[in-house]
Amino acid sequence: MEPILSARGLVKRYGRVTALDHADFDLMPGEILAVIGDNGAGKSTLIKALCGAVNPDEGEIRLEGQVMNFTNPMQARNAGIETVYQNLALSPALSISDNMFLGREIRKKGLAGSVLRMLDRGAMEKRARDKLSELGLMTIQNISQAVETLSGGQRQGVAVARAAAFGSKVVIMDEPTAALGVKESRRVLELILDVKKRGIPIILISHNMPHVFEVADRVHIHRLGRRLAVINPKEHSMSDAVAYMTGAKVPEGAVAA
Amino acid sequence: MSQPQEFEKVLTGSVTTVAQFEDHKSGLKRLQHFLHSSPAMVPLIVLLALILFFGIAKGEKFFSAYTLTLIMQQVAVVGILAAAQTLVVLTAGIDLAIGVIMVLSFVIMGNMVVSYGMPAGVALIAGFLVAGFCGWVNGFLVSKLKLPPFIVTLGTWNIIMAICLIYSENATMREADVTAATPWLHIFGISFKIGPAVVTLGVLAMIGLYVVLWYMLNYTAFGRHIYAVGDDPDAAELAGIRTSKVLTATYTLAGLIAGLAAWVSIGRNGSISPSTVVTDFNLQAITAAVIGGISLFGGRGSILGVLFGTLIVGVMSMGLNMLNADPQWKVLLTGVLIIGAVAIDQWIRKVSG
Ligand SMILES: Nc1ncnc2c1ncn2[C@@H]1O[C@H](COP(=O)(O)OP(=O)(O)OP(=O)(O)O)[C@@H](O)[C@H]1O
Ligand SMILES: [Mg+2]
Repeated sequence: MEPILSARGLVKRYGRVTALDHADFDLMPGEILAVIGDNGAGKSTLIKALCGAVNPDEGEIRLEGQVMNFTNPMQARNAGIETVYQNLALSPALSISDNMFLGREIRKKGLAGSVLRMLDRGAMEKRARDKLSELGLMTIQNISQAVETLSGGQRQGVAVARAAAFGSKVVIMDEPTAALGVKESRRVLELILDVKKRGIPIILISHNMPHVFEVADRVHIHRLGRRLAVINPKEHSMSDAVAYMTGAKVPEGAVAA
Repeated sequence: MSQPQEFEKVLTGSVTTVAQFEDHKSGLKRLQHFLHSSPAMVPLIVLLALILFFGIAKGEKFFSAYTLTLIMQQVAVVGILAAAQTLVVLTAGIDLAIGVIMVLSFVIMGNMVVSYGMPAGVALIAGFLVAGFCGWVNGFLVSKLKLPPFIVTLGTWNIIMAICLIYSENATMREADVTAATPWLHIFGISFKIGPAVVTLGVLAMIGLYVVLWYMLNYTAFGRHIYAVGDDPDAAELAGIRTSKVLTATYTLAGLIAGLAAWVSIGRNGSISPSTVVTDFNLQAITAAVIGGISLFGGRGSILGVLFGTLIVGVMSMGLNMLNADPQWKVLLTGVLIIGAVAIDQWIRKVSG
């Protein structure tokens, strides 16, 4: 099977820091791929390269076999790749629905929309509310409240809902449950499985091993800026995975990093 | 396939309705939240308080339709410039060149009809084009070369001021000469009476502009993008907004609005004098925007507040004048209002903290 999204030999340097060191990456259609690794291993840089937020110095990215070197996030988004960034990428002073529809606003039907370019606030608020309810984020009372007045976990919920609602080819989530409560984390996992059911593959970056081993079909282990190995979570234990990513053990078939 | 862990199983019984609470907030907290969601309220309250104060102090003389509409006429030009400034400040920028762009624009409009004998339409288009181009240059330098807006517009402020004086040889065009060539440049000076109130087309242009910009900022995608870019440019970029395009468009639009201010200004002043290029229109526009509650950090504030901010300065100046106060009192109070407005802005922001 052809990977839907793949990368070869990605290099990204920030001055003297090498964040990506000839990293490879493959995402298969319909799968949940977890990416794990130490802090600073280069996971966020990797997915940012995949979605156009970072321009790699070297290397090649392919979407459905086509070389796609995105130079900005808009291009990746238009290609159907939707991302929850680790820092969430929400505008604090804008409302929840403004944030969810930023850059893809719904306009009113008829002349108001086409000539006066009037936004359809009602439609956007309704869809935003629906998406949040799907996520079980019932503690958000007012959909037009500014994002900065939400709790950290609620903000994360908004970012996750946005990505899940709009991703059509690939959904990328960089630590989507880091700030979430027990119930909300569980809903995010269910949401990830829902997205998978729609046939859309997901990249999940997480430090939560039980969650990773519960939902992932394959686990990409990232170490020192490159892919160390890809393991099947059914054939390896969590302690194996942790040993690999921290360098305590070297997986079979992998070159020592 | 998802197998919840033991402790997660109780989740099936969790509540699924949107949370609701009784309001237990203190009066002050509630005020803070209210102002956070309606940023134009502070300047509106200050404006009404000032009108009330001068109304009581001077009675009928101040509190008349004639005086109040006269204030509108006096603030129209600065009000239009303040609207342009607001757009830029909302993107977390600043436009120090906005005033000189206006002056260069009206000098060009005047010269086209008086010196080159061009029809009014051509003169106006030329004036607007130059104004829009100056704005575009600012936007280009800010968005593409990533230079700080303060530095960029400090530079273009000086450059445009010098160009204006060199090009015009600092020669004033008399009202009669302009009127002899065309009535169109003075169109915004036309006034009509509604009872004792005197309304000029310039005042209507200012109010119309505010209505249009208010609509644009709140009801169109471009308006929301201006806020998003000023609020957190990195987040906006990641969320899929081409921030550099939004910035360039905003500075260009500000330039075009300065072109409108130029046209209105000709109507108000009659003659066209390049020497006004040294007037601090840029600072007056910033003052109105800040008093109107626009945050200099970007992304916050309502354009209607700026209209109130403009009127606050106008009312103060007229009122103190009627009280025969030393004009420096107006300057002093403006300073107090600026600092007060910024302090309130900081307080309102803490709502999220
Ligand atoms: N904008 C930047 N400028 C300079 N260095 C950076 C930048 N972004 C990342 N780096 C460096 O690149 C390396 C990889 O960072 P990255 O954020 O990809 O790690 P990560 O695997 O996502 O870590 P974490 O688990 O903590 O999120 C780090 O050493 C970091 O210091
Ligand atoms: Mg990271």
